[in-house]
Amino acid sequence: MLEFLKQPWPWYVTGPLIGLTVPLLLIIGNKSFGISSSLRHICASCIPANIPFFKYDWKKEVWNLFFVFGIFLGGVVAISLLSNPAPMEVNPKLAAELAGYGITNYNHLVPVDIMSWSSLFTLKGFILMVVGGFLVGFGTRYAGGCTSGHAIMGLSNLQWPSLVATICFMIGGFAMANFILPFILSL
Amino acid sequence: MQQNSTIEKDLQLRKLDAMCVNESRLVHKWYHNLKYLVVGVLFGIVFVKSEVVSWYRIQEMFRLQSFHMYGIIGSAIITGMVSVFLIRKFDVRTIYGEPIKIAPKTFNKGQVFGGLIFGLGWAMTGACPGPLFAQIGTGATVVAVTLLSAIAGTWVYGLLREKLPH
Repeated sequence: MLEFLKQPWPWYVTGPLIGLTVPLLLIIGNKSFGISSSLRHICASCIPANIPFFKYDWKKEVWNLFFVFGIFLGGVVAISLLSNPAPMEVNPKLAAELAGYGITNYNHLVPVDIMSWSSLFTLKGFILMVVGGFLVGFGTRYAGGCTSGHAIMGLSNLQWPSLVATICFMIGGFAMANFILPFILSL
Repeated sequence: MQQNSTIEKDLQLRKLDAMCVNESRLVHKWYHNLKYLVVGVLFGIVFVKSEVVSWYRIQEMFRLQSFHMYGIIGSAIITGMVSVFLIRKFDVRTIYGEPIKIAPKTFNKGQVFGGLIFGLGWAMTGACPGPLFAQIGTGATVVAVTLLSAIAGTWVYGLLREKLPH
């Protein structure tokens, strides 16, 4: 059983489980599923700096911080008890492309060849992690949600602005992965 | 009455550009929040075991090289849609007996501009905000830098909000 659970779980099991988070959060406390708002609550609680956008009673949203801390702990549990010892299998076309940039290690969920403490201080690593992270934080708040808030919660509730946002997420991602990322990875 | 309008104003402010907002008027002891911690742990485990938090799966998705991510997001949306439909149809209440309310979303240009900006960042970091937390948990400690940078990005958005087109 444990060996079975250690393998990667298929999409048709995990997708519905992720979707079930929507009714679960609603039923246990009337909470709308969303993750990027936690970044705003962290700003509001630690560095509000008198900015109106951060001047609200963040304690009313503290559930969201418990939730994301749980996600962190879930990562700890998954890797310590249910870790898959085999390297990740990826599409051979992707593996061939990435090999051209020196990315060959598939033992971790992140590409350690380009994302590690030592590569943080290279131009490539800095752009991918620091600039990329900034775009994630800025963009999700500007869009009013991320994959969870818009794509899953928003579309579950048939909100067309969330469909617009989700399409834009995908356009941005396709543009980066296919046209811009090759330049960054060749740095 | 005065107090009621203050509460209303606070809710309006929290709602600004936020998808998830707590509309419940009930006040609970802090430990009631532990149930969200438990949901978060289960969710984080699913995140890791589904490999949604993998940089490689995100790259495959944006290159149309794998169905995996589309299957996950698609089936999650369908499950969510059916659940919300059933909650409405049968007027399901929360465990505290409150009626379930979901705030509607109004369109603004931010969903386009912000959406595109987030998309660029998503393909670079290989993670949306949720997976950032899970990745750190799996031992990729350097992702804490990415998370801090995302918090900085959110802060700068708050600073510039009035000047940006919405």
